[in-house]
Amino acid sequence: MSMHISRRNLLKAGGALVVSFAVPLPAFSQGANTFSGKTVDTGEVDGFFAVNQDGSVTLFCGKVDLGTGLRIAVPQMAAEELGIDVKRITLVEGDTDLTPDQGPTAGSSGVMRGGVQIRQAAATGPGVQPPCGSGLHARSPAELIAAEGEVRPRSGGAGITFGALLGNRHFGLKLDPKAKLKDSASYTVVGQSLPRPDVPGKITGRHLFMHDFKLPGMLHGRAIRPSSVGAKLIAVDESSIKEIPGARVVRIGDFLGVLAEDEWDCICAARALKANWSDENSLVGHQAVRDWMLAGPFEAEQSLVKKGDARGVLAGATQRVSAFYYWPPQSHASMGPSCAVADIRPGKATIWTASQATHRYRHAFARILELPPAAVRLIYLDGSGCYGMNGHEDAAADAVLLSRAANRPVRVQWMRADELGWDPKGPPQLLSLEGSLAADGSIDAWRTEMWLPRATANLPNIALLSPEAAGIKQVPGISFGLITQNGDPSYAVPNVDVSVHWLKHAPLRPSNIRAPGKVANMFAVESFTDELAALAASDPFKFRLRGLSDARGIEVLKRTAALIGWQARSGRSTSAIGRGIAYCHYKHNENYVAMAMEVEVVRASGRIHVRRVACAHDCGLVTTRMRCARKSKAISCRPCRAPCSKKCISIVRASPVPPGVAIRYSPSPMCRRFASNSFSGRTCRHGAAEKPHRRRYPPRLPTRSTTPAAHACAPRRSPANACGRRWRRATRSRCGGRACFQQRENASNSSAGTGLPAR
Amino acid sequence: MPNYRFSVNGESRSVESRDPAQPLLYVLRNALGLTGAKFGCGEGQCGSCAVLLDGKVAYACLTPVSAVAGRTVTTIEGLGTALKPHPVQAAFIAEQAAQCGYCASGMVMKSVELLAANPKPTRDEVKAALAGHLCRCGTHERILRAVARAAGAAMPGGTGA
Ligand code: FES
Ligand code: FES
Repeated sequence: MSMHISRRNLLKAGGALVVSFAVPLPAFSQGANTFSGKTVDTGEVDGFFAVNQDGSVTLFCGKVDLGTGLRIAVPQMAAEELGIDVKRITLVEGDTDLTPDQGPTAGSSGVMRGGVQIRQAAATGPGVQPPCGSGLHARSPAELIAAEGEVRPRSGGAGITFGALLGNRHFGLKLDPKAKLKDSASYTVVGQSLPRPDVPGKITGRHLFMHDFKLPGMLHGRAIRPSSVGAKLIAVDESSIKEIPGARVVRIGDFLGVLAEDEWDCICAARALKANWSDENSLVGHQAVRDWMLAGPFEAEQSLVKKGDARGVLAGATQRVSAFYYWPPQSHASMGPSCAVADIRPGKATIWTASQATHRYRHAFARILELPPAAVRLIYLDGSGCYGMNGHEDAAADAVLLSRAANRPVRVQWMRADELGWDPKGPPQLLSLEGSLAADGSIDAWRTEMWLPRATANLPNIALLSPEAAGIKQVPGISFGLITQNGDPSYAVPNVDVSVHWLKHAPLRPSNIRAPGKVANMFAVESFTDELAALAASDPFKFRLRGLSDARGIEVLKRTAALIGWQARSGRSTSAIGRGIAYCHYKHNENYVAMAMEVEVVRASGRIHVRRVACAHDCGLVTTRMRCARKSKAISCRPCRAPCSKKCISIVRASPVPPGVAIRYSPSPMCRRFASNSFSGRTCRHGAAEKPHRRRYPPRLPTRSTTPAAHACAPRRSPANACGRRWRRATRSRCGGRACFQQRENASNSSAGTGLPAR
Repeated sequence: MPNYRFSVNGESRSVESRDPAQPLLYVLRNALGLTGAKFGCGEGQCGSCAVLLDGKVAYACLTPVSAVAGRTVTTIEGLGTALKPHPVQAAFIAEQAAQCGYCASGMVMKSVELLAANPKPTRDEVKAALAGHLCRCGTHERILRAVARAAGAAMPGGTGA
């Protein structure tokens, strides 16, 4: 416990979350303000690295570890180039005062961009001017290399340590984008499965999560949100909480919050506070989302891919099929509801947050607080998973407004109902696909028509709830990542037409969620590829292979088929056990992934059990094998809700092209499906989401959805009700009493046409 | 203010609570500074707040502090440290059974309870025992392997993934 307090004090004093490799706890070997005033310029080596006098290195990373292992992977990359032991690197992440702005940790860019930038800075490091008389000072940077803790001539001979090389100096070097990187064939650190430094603390209850962070003198706060989106606050009865010691109300426009010294008192106050809100009816309801999307209003039509004459060929085709796919809004539904601490003082703001985009939101909060960005500091602490922009930033905004009002640090912990009701949602997607076959059974035309909300161009950030309620100006608009990618197949098709009807609005405030848009698009494209394979009476694996010319794509597909023991088939199957295979070249320019599943339909109950999953993944150079495998599971399992009883391989490449090594991780015993988040196969009530599904085109939209989505709806709760328990009841009734408890195994109708298992 | 005395991780502690209904979770996390038990739902639905109450798993978010008086509470911090982990914790660490790790403490507590009662559980028994504990990150397989490791069972599939 004393350790906790000292860590907190250090953080309070302006230190960062410094994660070292010392077991058991993050160590704060640096004095709290050792690095204050350091450059955060992405163009300077000093932006990323500080060499301490003992030769150890502090690495400043603008990207953050969201639970996927960046905390070991990026130091591995740096250690490799710096030629030092990875244990001698201490990582500072996501602190806007100390780390360069490397953009948000989104789009799988942590290692791919952030790590690569840091690797380049590390490669530049040995080019620092050696001191006179060191024996190296006559050498040009290109003649030097870092190895075994020293900088030495490439040609051999004595070197000196970074500590001795730099003394008390900074590097003083511009990051050289051409600095020579080590040959990947010589790597000794990158590629190793090193354990994550944060795991022991997490397993022993001592890791400092955002939710665990406290400051001296801190108040607890809760924002009270209305029962409907867009409701206005009419009246507040402050006397309703007068029995609760120290509880007070903060009202700014339509923003309503409570504060108390004690967290439980604060929760009680939030529950007890009587407030009247206007009754808004701004939501269309789950069942109506699809009709709503088809109806518009539309802002624009856009052609995304145009090759040949897909419409013309389809019009004259004899072998033709079409289908319609819907992907509902989804909550991020992190296990721990969002939490933040803010300390807003006149002219200065410090915000502790689990945001994946601390640098971006530094500017957002500077605008909200009317402070210069330099006066605003965001410090990253681990949240409870991060699958895109969930409620972290909104909770931070709640804390900011409350702290400013109280002139004291305030911690805001969202309750479960806040999270599911108010976190920004993944946007809904509608896709209509049409395709036709040539006489030889290959695909000769493909059309994808999308209905999507349109992201606002140049939006600096998604507007936050409480400033909006408080009447603080924010740039209006919506944003959720690039959701049109992978709308066309990865297979060779001579005539392709992909277009989108851009909707002006989204039914709920949207944000990016795991692989934005691509999950739904791939679900549609790959399901539809099966439709075409069935139409061609062709084996789905061979059908895909036939359309591929990219050697890396072919490799992952073949390995996946081999892993699952693919048996060729054509046409329908009447067996209760089926296999399916899918392939994705992410964004058509990143990872290659293929996945196959064997699933069984239990005829008596209609439940679907996933028996086996095989996955081959070529993501290029792998930094930390274990991390790669973990992340590929996270990506594949989370959004599409596939289970994890996988037989997963990664094709690990030392360089982009030569054939890789398959690693088999698990001989995968037969395994029942883990329905989403729970071990039991029972549906998780939090993460539950509507199943994606497919319908024949033209769509005959059902009047009653068979697949309700619990979390796309804002919870109905009485104004006084900030308590999750009551919310749940209320939400149930709003969702027809079954939404959160929908069994997701009952997947679909979606594979009836091909005998393929539903994904 | 009413006072409640109980044993926490082997030490006798006394806490004040205005409200006898205050859930143990807030007492642990705030008054006692033991933040290993996590707040996930406050409704007994996720298991991230699990502690051992007289050796049995209890959801701290649903257990009023008044109901704990005179009893024995063990939190994740009371099991072991990173340097001296409890065998179940050691197995979770060896299997790197955490992504974000927010669910981990509840998973460990439940596994400890399970293994105390059933030292050699089958995979299905482990799954059944952990059914009340949710993980949003998809760490389920690693957790199952960690429990199998703690039980001294043969590891299905090694430790690679
Ligand atoms: S927080 Fe107690 S069960 Fe979820
Ligand atoms: S590891 Fe994130 S919730 Fe389980």
